[in-house]
Amino acid sequence: MLLIRRFEEAVITLRAQGLVPGHPIVYIGQEAIAVPAMAHLRPGDTLFSTHRNHGHILARGADPGRLLAEILCRDTGYNRGLAGQMHPSMPELGILQTSAIVANPVALATGAALAAKYRGGGEISVAFFGDGCLEEGVFYESLNLAAIWKLPVVYVCENNSLEALGYASGEYPSSTLATGRLTDFPAAYGITVEVVDGADTLAVSRSVGAAVERARTVGQPSFVEARTVRWPGSRLLWPQLVTGETNLAMAWDSALIPEQHGDWLAQHDPVLGLCRELLSSQEVTLTEISALDESVKQTVDWAVRFAVESPEPVPDTAYFPVFAGRRGQ
Amino acid sequence: MNTTFAEAMLGTLDQLLDEDQRAVIFGSVWLGFSPARLALWQQLTEKHRERVYYPPISEAGVCGAAIGAALNGLRPLVGLGTASFAFQAWAQIVNEAANAYYMSAGQSRVPAVFHLMAGGRDGAGPQHVHAPQSAFWNTPGLEIIVPATPADAAGLLRTAYESDNPTIFMNHLDLLDVAGDVPPGVHRVPFGRAEVKRSGGDVTVVASSIMVHRALAAAEQLAAEGIDVEVVDLRTLVPLDRDAILTSVAKTGRLVVADDGRLSCGVASEIAAIVAEEAFESLKAPIRRVTMPDVPAPASPLLMKQLEPTAEKIAGAVRSLVGTIPI
Repeated sequence: MLLIRRFEEAVITLRAQGLVPGHPIVYIGQEAIAVPAMAHLRPGDTLFSTHRNHGHILARGADPGRLLAEILCRDTGYNRGLAGQMHPSMPELGILQTSAIVANPVALATGAALAAKYRGGGEISVAFFGDGCLEEGVFYESLNLAAIWKLPVVYVCENNSLEALGYASGEYPSSTLATGRLTDFPAAYGITVEVVDGADTLAVSRSVGAAVERARTVGQPSFVEARTVRWPGSRLLWPQLVTGETNLAMAWDSALIPEQHGDWLAQHDPVLGLCRELLSSQEVTLTEISALDESVKQTVDWAVRFAVESPEPVPDTAYFPVFAGRRGQ
Repeated sequence: MNTTFAEAMLGTLDQLLDEDQRAVIFGSVWLGFSPARLALWQQLTEKHRERVYYPPISEAGVCGAAIGAALNGLRPLVGLGTASFAFQAWAQIVNEAANAYYMSAGQSRVPAVFHLMAGGRDGAGPQHVHAPQSAFWNTPGLEIIVPATPADAAGLLRTAYESDNPTIFMNHLDLLDVAGDVPPGVHRVPFGRAEVKRSGGDVTVVASSIMVHRALAAAEQLAAEGIDVEVVDLRTLVPLDRDAILTSVAKTGRLVVADDGRLSCGVASEIAAIVAEEAFESLKAPIRRVTMPDVPAPASPLLMKQLEPTAEKIAGAVRSLVGTIPI
């Protein structure tokens, strides 16, 4: 979780320096979904993410340097700058395609689950997507397929629009649905649903773990709605470090929490929340958290150096073959 | 001459399902709705019961799922039925399947075949009569096969299946009962290899799918008038056999392109542009395109006949190029 947080902070900083083509879509505030969810996956399982994918990809074990290089569209990136920050894929980790078209990952994950069931090896497929996905038609078609064909797929809806249900609230309208209860839809298809606090690492782990188990053992789809409160820095059209680089000391010294965005930092930040929980249960010490943070920062520093120093793709890379097995056309 | 196009296609599907456990079929209307062909289809599906998925009416979801399954190791054969139903799945086919290989820098593959039927039954009207091959051609990353004969249907379907790329199989409805010889056993037709279906020296007619038969009929008529037509059957649009087109035009110096899609930005337009760019000096006359005009397909069979690119229209275009009627 800390790796995702420091990585995304670096992405935002690099963007401010003009090094990220386009505007990045970051995962800050949702770390407590990807990380515990991924802990239940095995090699051979597949996962499909969206335009907001960095957290899932890091949690699945991708190399931060190569991922960052892809975000910067460098030749050393996972996909040589052809995918960029919205479509990185790395089949060796089960990340077969990352679609930035809203709801398409749900369709792809459903099909990957069909293939897994067909093979019968106990593999499953997971789709991560935002609440806006429920505004697209293919979402419903896919859930219907998963239900009638009993596919081993886990749909993890990362609802980051709790403050933003529609224009009416005056927030960025990422979710405009005629229902306030997203789980009504999958439930209508007979799919097992659960709502979980997306900032609660252990709760997400229990919920997704049960869904993964259901997929693996009885081959049934599940829908987990993990609710998060959107990080204030993502409320804008492109992310900005409005809460600064995360100061972990805020977890044990609330006096350090600034007034601006203080509510999010005190109550909704999953990274600070997990620190507080681990400290209060005395599972880790302050020193251990600080040491971990230092080591993560070093990893991210290394990734930044690797990516920034990596060459751009040579111009001919634009003519990378469009078809497997032959060149051109 | 005793195998129909439908039987040939079915024969290949049966072979593929027998040979390769990764082969699965989505969709139930590969052969249209005639009772005889439906009975054929039933034989296949009864034999391979566990390998045929009958999807709900969800083209987007089904194509998306087929693509996801292909990414994850299966080799799906997707029967969409009427070609216009592919519009429901556009975002999946052109934005997921077509992009996968390039976008992943060659790491992900979508070895899926999407079978679509162009043309329409009498009275079908604007929404069920489409031949969108040029629209797919406008999307890099899709192979497009347009067979005209049973042998080519059997052989190209196999090549499409064995390809690691997504392939669009455009099958005109009127071809399903066309009969011909099909080589026994495993038969492959390579991609990007056009075939001269009739040799001639005066005018080249480039065609594909149903238009090959209309071009051959036109060539028969014209032979009686002393005009010697060469019919080049493209067989695949992507990849395209440019050499075959240019070689024929170099010989005849005159070109008619026939396509059952629309005129503007269509298959015929692309062929015409290639020849104009690369063989201008060979041309003795302007290039002619014979296609559906840029008009929706009317339900009335009488009105449809006005718009359809028929053998008569091809013959008319050929005559205009050899000076028997004024250009």
